[in-house]
Amino acid sequence: MKSKFGEYGGQYVPETLMEALIEIEQAYLKYKDDSDFISELKELYEEVANRPSRLYFAKRMTEELGGGKIYLKREDLNHTGSHKINNVLGQMLLAKKMGKTKIICETGAGQHGVATATIAAMFKMDCHVFMGKEDVERQGLNVFRMELLGAKVTAVDSGTGTLKDAVNEALRQWTRECDTTYYLMGSVVGPHPFPTIVRDFQKVIGEEVRWQLQEKEGKTPDVIIACVGGGSNGIGIFYDFIENKEVELIGAEAAGQGVDTNYHAATITKGSNGIFHGMKSKFLQDSYGKIMPVYSMSAGLDYPGIGPEHAYLAESGRAKYLPVTDAEAVEAFEYLSKTEGIIPAIESAHAIFLAMKIAPELDNDKVIVVNLSGRGDKDVYQVARYMGVDINEQ
Amino acid sequence: MNNRIEEKFKELKMMNKKALITFITAGDPDLETSYQLVLEMFEQGADLVEIGIPFSDPVAEGPTIEKASMRALASGTTTDSIFELVTKLRTKTEKPLLLMLYINLVYKYGAEEFITKCQTTGVDGLIIPDLPYEEIQEVKAYAEAKNIYLINLIAPTTNEERLAKIVEGSKGFIYCVSSLGVTGVRSEITTDLENFYARIRKNTNLPLALGFGLSTKEQLKSIKGNWEAFIVGSKIVEVVAAYGKDSVEEVGKLVKNLKELE
Repeated sequence: MKSKFGEYGGQYVPETLMEALIEIEQAYLKYKDDSDFISELKELYEEVANRPSRLYFAKRMTEELGGGKIYLKREDLNHTGSHKINNVLGQMLLAKKMGKTKIICETGAGQHGVATATIAAMFKMDCHVFMGKEDVERQGLNVFRMELLGAKVTAVDSGTGTLKDAVNEALRQWTRECDTTYYLMGSVVGPHPFPTIVRDFQKVIGEEVRWQLQEKEGKTPDVIIACVGGGSNGIGIFYDFIENKEVELIGAEAAGQGVDTNYHAATITKGSNGIFHGMKSKFLQDSYGKIMPVYSMSAGLDYPGIGPEHAYLAESGRAKYLPVTDAEAVEAFEYLSKTEGIIPAIESAHAIFLAMKIAPELDNDKVIVVNLSGRGDKDVYQVARYMGVDINEQ
Repeated sequence: MNNRIEEKFKELKMMNKKALITFITAGDPDLETSYQLVLEMFEQGADLVEIGIPFSDPVAEGPTIEKASMRALASGTTTDSIFELVTKLRTKTEKPLLLMLYINLVYKYGAEEFITKCQTTGVDGLIIPDLPYEEIQEVKAYAEAKNIYLINLIAPTTNEERLAKIVEGSKGFIYCVSSLGVTGVRSEITTDLENFYARIRKNTNLPLALGFGLSTKEQLKSIKGNWEAFIVGSKIVEVVAAYGKDSVEEVGKLVKNLKELE
């Protein structure tokens, strides 16, 4: 398998982990084209995740904004509330085939942790989730969910106590027990083969968009928009269209309080080439290569790097990545709630905001597809706090 | 071109002695203390010293060295200030000095520029824990051109095929990781070290240095396998953490005690 996307990707990990990565790669190569594996995964997608997810025409939004037609890819309606389950089902099935009995993972907002804990319960696997201390506080509801599902949650208080530190700690734990444990990476990040495997288990999103839009509009999308932290929902919806050069691919990065402040997570806009978490990619770092603290109100986008395939798509010009601030995301969060009756995840609201900007500039026959990667139930407390509304949380 | 690491191991071999390799994180608690610590460790019997460059996210380290990295970064330590430390040390000692650091620090500095700086300041070797054999081209050609030794690691999980490839291009010594997991003091090492030694020895004549989890003289004495060197890191960093700027004497005592092995 190819370990790099252009110059990005690779396997920059401690020697102890190399054997575990090789084992996963070999198992994946064995099963990815295996007809039993494919049909088992298809059944899990349908019966457990509730796939295919709907491609929903946002009629009121389209009418109000004028211009291009807006469709929402409803990953928020999947079981566990986001696109994360697609990848979890794929990797959990792989881990089971490999004979593993214990799963570890990292989580940012908690969406990946909840999806992993859910499927681990189904597959009778031990599940240990690492979550930054800051995120544990921001997303207490998801922590309780994971525990309800039988997972052990470790709050990581090293570094900035966010997603990056959760990955550090999960990697350290994996180094201790890599002979028995499967690390279920939640995004298209980390050392090879994770960026490729996670992308392959998420690419179903774009594949469905292709036939669904063909049915509804008789065409391919003109613009596809997704939010990107590590970038798994983005790659998931982009991948099938990469060779369709006329389809514009746009990623929405978290600009936090603004890309000219020190409080953002806009990796492509402001980052530079580096090597971290096992991969060569773009990172927010200082001139010596120290990884910088990042900020976004969205725990799922609060990460100083981005998947190597996105770095490659950005560098080659195939996709572009635009910053969206907290304030803009909250504006879109409210807008979609009031206009379509859909409360989006604050992560996905970043992508919705770009659609609101871009749609009016397009002709009526153009189609924008936005990946509505998750639902916003988990975010209502935080948005209320942001808006200064007291909803008696305690 | 001679390299101090190779010379040192030749010298020890002639005397039939094992090498003691010790580690500190540069800049913990400050660079002046680091300077004195390195000289004192040599004085008390360390044969080679590893100087750790602090990194924000040291994923191969346990809590002891991770915290040392945070203290060192908080004291304003940078890669350039560590090169100044090496320059200063070279006015006092000709013993082998290695830098232990994460690949991003080399990559971001510019690998060629970094290696050139190693040569001009007097660094003999590099240990980069997140640069496995598969990615070694990031620095290999530059290091070879300047005779800086890139110290490769072997873990208990390394398979035979990769082991042979890794040792083939290695220089100086092989850093053998005693057990699964990150750095840090361990009360017990469960790897079959005799077998581990034999497995690596079959493939190379280079000195084999055992590291990760080593902390006391008693433990070193009980270790199976004819290891040519032992690496002690976290135990020393624990003493630095406890005594801070006053740690020089205490670290000296510890190193002296470890050296009494023979």
